[in-house]
Amino acid sequence: MSDKTLIVDGLSIAFGGQTVVRELSFAIEPGRCVALVGESGSGKSVSARSLVGLAGSRAEVSARRLSFGGHDLLTLNERQWRGVRGKDIGFVLQDALVSLDPLRPVGKEILEVLQTHRYGDRQQRGARVLELLERVGVPDVALRARQRSGQLSGGLRQRALIASALAMDPALVIADEPTTALDATVQAQILEVFQQIKARGASLLIISHDLAVVAQLADEVVVLRHGEVVEQGPMQQVLRAPRHAYTQALLAAVPAEHPRGGRLSPQRAAVAVAPRVARDRPNEPLLQATGLGKRYLGPDGVVRQVVQGVGFELRAGRTLGIVGESGSGKTTVARIALGLLQPDEGQVLYRGQPWNLPGNAVDEATRRPLRREISVIYQDPLGSFDPRWNVAQILDDALHVAAVAASQRPARITRLLGQVRLPAALAERRPLQLSGGQRQRVAIARAIASEPKLIICDEPVSALDVSVQAQVLDLLADLQDELGLAYLFISHDLGVIRHVSDDVLVMRHGEVVELAPVEQLFSQPAHDYTRRLLGAVPRLPGSGAALVVPPLDPEHDAFDLFDESRLWKIAI
Amino acid sequence: MSDLTLDRAYAPLRRQRRLPLPPLGASLALLFLAALVLAALLPQLFTRLDPLAIVPREAFQPPSWAHWLGTDQSGRDIFARIVHGTRQSLFIGLAATALSMTIAITLGLLGGLGGARLDRGVGWLLEVLFAFPSLVLALLFVAVFGSGIGPLIIATGLGGAPGYARMVRGQVLAVRNAGYIEAARALGHPTSRIVLRQLLPNAMRPLVVTLTMGVGQAIVWASALSFLGLGARPPAPEWGTMLSMGRDFIANAWWLTFFPGLFIVLTTLSTTVTGRYIQQRLEGRLP
Repeated sequence: MSDKTLIVDGLSIAFGGQTVVRELSFAIEPGRCVALVGESGSGKSVSARSLVGLAGSRAEVSARRLSFGGHDLLTLNERQWRGVRGKDIGFVLQDALVSLDPLRPVGKEILEVLQTHRYGDRQQRGARVLELLERVGVPDVALRARQRSGQLSGGLRQRALIASALAMDPALVIADEPTTALDATVQAQILEVFQQIKARGASLLIISHDLAVVAQLADEVVVLRHGEVVEQGPMQQVLRAPRHAYTQALLAAVPAEHPRGGRLSPQRAAVAVAPRVARDRPNEPLLQATGLGKRYLGPDGVVRQVVQGVGFELRAGRTLGIVGESGSGKTTVARIALGLLQPDEGQVLYRGQPWNLPGNAVDEATRRPLRREISVIYQDPLGSFDPRWNVAQILDDALHVAAVAASQRPARITRLLGQVRLPAALAERRPLQLSGGQRQRVAIARAIASEPKLIICDEPVSALDVSVQAQVLDLLADLQDELGLAYLFISHDLGVIRHVSDDVLVMRHGEVVELAPVEQLFSQPAHDYTRRLLGAVPRLPGSGAALVVPPLDPEHDAFDLFDESRLWKIAI
Repeated sequence: MSDLTLDRAYAPLRRQRRLPLPPLGASLALLFLAALVLAALLPQLFTRLDPLAIVPREAFQPPSWAHWLGTDQSGRDIFARIVHGTRQSLFIGLAATALSMTIAITLGLLGGLGGARLDRGVGWLLEVLFAFPSLVLALLFVAVFGSGIGPLIIATGLGGAPGYARMVRGQVLAVRNAGYIEAARALGHPTSRIVLRQLLPNAMRPLVVTLTMGVGQAIVWASALSFLGLGARPPAPEWGTMLSMGRDFIANAWWLTFFPGLFIVLTTLSTTVTGRYIQQRLEGRLP
């Protein structure tokens, strides 16, 4: 074994006597990649942090051996750590937006690493910054180096962060969920950057919950659950022939691999209802949108067309998926469909009646009686609950709108919780005391409280772990069968979209790129952009498709990435 | 920077270790406030002496067993006067804060919900009010409408309003964009119900702390106005008035000013400590 091998033997981490990681062992030789895989709370992030001495002052780290490049990592003091961090071990943090100083140009950020470790002289450092940015695939380096993180798109931010981790050519690079918040095409590009790092002979430790991402990079996979290693081995073996039930469950939960109708969560497969009924009943059109357009006046005084010429039809009992990358206008379309935002052009009809027209043509008083027929589920359920209320109060409020008599509400609340497979005892809890999956179930219970015909789901599973995501998707499918619901399902995740949708609408820069039945779209994408999007989705080994790295999209990486969420606030 | 991130990530672990009992400082503050409220409601519990009874031959007695905190220039028991003054001081503090809050909520809601033009108008009004030192504004009011408890409350309340109004407006703006407000709109609640049942309570929640501290602040202001002879008129046992009356004798009889002053300080301190405590409790439980 070479000197630059990371050896972790029997690593355990505890906080205040509570063990969060137990007996983790692996080794990474130069040019190899190990992936720590697990869901939130599995201890993967804190393990990675302990390798750079950042597990926190209250963490009790112990191991039989923890060494890298001749350093015994267990005995380093803070001063010695500073010599190792950044120089021998580069660390790429998860969230590029908060990890970069918003007030400093990214070039300075990288320069700082070079200065700390006394790299060359002034001019060499300046040249090195540009070289690094170029190496991670940032276009126009001279310009980008002078820009601040807020002026860069998510993908460029992540590249800049990787560049700063690579500054001193570390022999080991640790990346904690490096692509989690990124769109599929950008994710593919970032994965390509990591491939190159590996090819240059650095060791790579990738932390991820996403098995498909791991499959692109890792040579060895360590699957963690509640701080314990459940399975460990070569990537092909673990992902193709998993031995442990948990790994199997994780793999089964990847929606991209299981098209429409299949079930994702194994523990419920046994009790699954009959195969999903044919969905070709003579359904009435519920929501019809034509020629929707929406413009915002940006903070710089420039008018931006966020949505243009978007039209679709959603029939009862069916699911229309809207897929697109961030800034493509998906959420704006959802808000227009909900009647919370008025379009500047076009119209939305609900059951043939005007529902949302430009210029206040349909007033809220007309809409209000119909509102109970259209519900909504958000990505962040916690934010959509009044923080003062417990679960029972949240549901009671929804039942109040649905004109359910106060005396009948307690029974209805119990029934609603049962419908979303939550124990009735949860009613007294506050959302803050629930897990992410439970919160989303409460949100679903609230959405079905008014017995709607249509639910608009805005990225409902994006913030959830794969296995929880699988359960929530299964629940939504069951409810669709039981209650005949129609879904307008918005996601950036093509796998999820493929799993839930009957028809798919692909959006880009506020316009419809393609609208087609789901299988047709995935098997014969008509549009070039759709093909690029599909090619960028990382797949598990054995599914055949190789990752196609799309070229940089000049428009997508244009200056200030257009942030929809920020602009709503101006519009309200 | 990474240490910070991690500290935040493990903050929940730390929170569980916090003891459910309030810490010593907060306990003392709560006890003192409870005693004040009791004194305001039932002063007879604390002293049998009449706060207004003049006994000239017992004037200027230093603190003793008979008169715990001494007597003033007319031989009135200072402890009895402080106890009986509690009602007025607390009432002034609470009423003035309530008035501040009423004005602040009205202006804050107008600014936060009334659209861009109204918001700008309210913003200007607040700027102008802010430009005056609040106490000067209060002085002006008392000077125009005369002294007495009523004007004192109104003056103090008016003086505090702009600060609160600005906070309410900020909170309303923040809460208005919260996910649960949009969820309520999507559910189909009428706007009035959303404002009353969700927007206002949530906007007011962080202000509970400020309010608690504000009561102490209002008591100080009211005392200051009384001290200047613009508030309660002697011989009424009001703390500020007592300070003002004792001022002439401060060289010979320190207890005339020291004890009313001490109670003003303790009251303000207690409300502040209590406010802090409530704040910590709220932050510990809620994000």
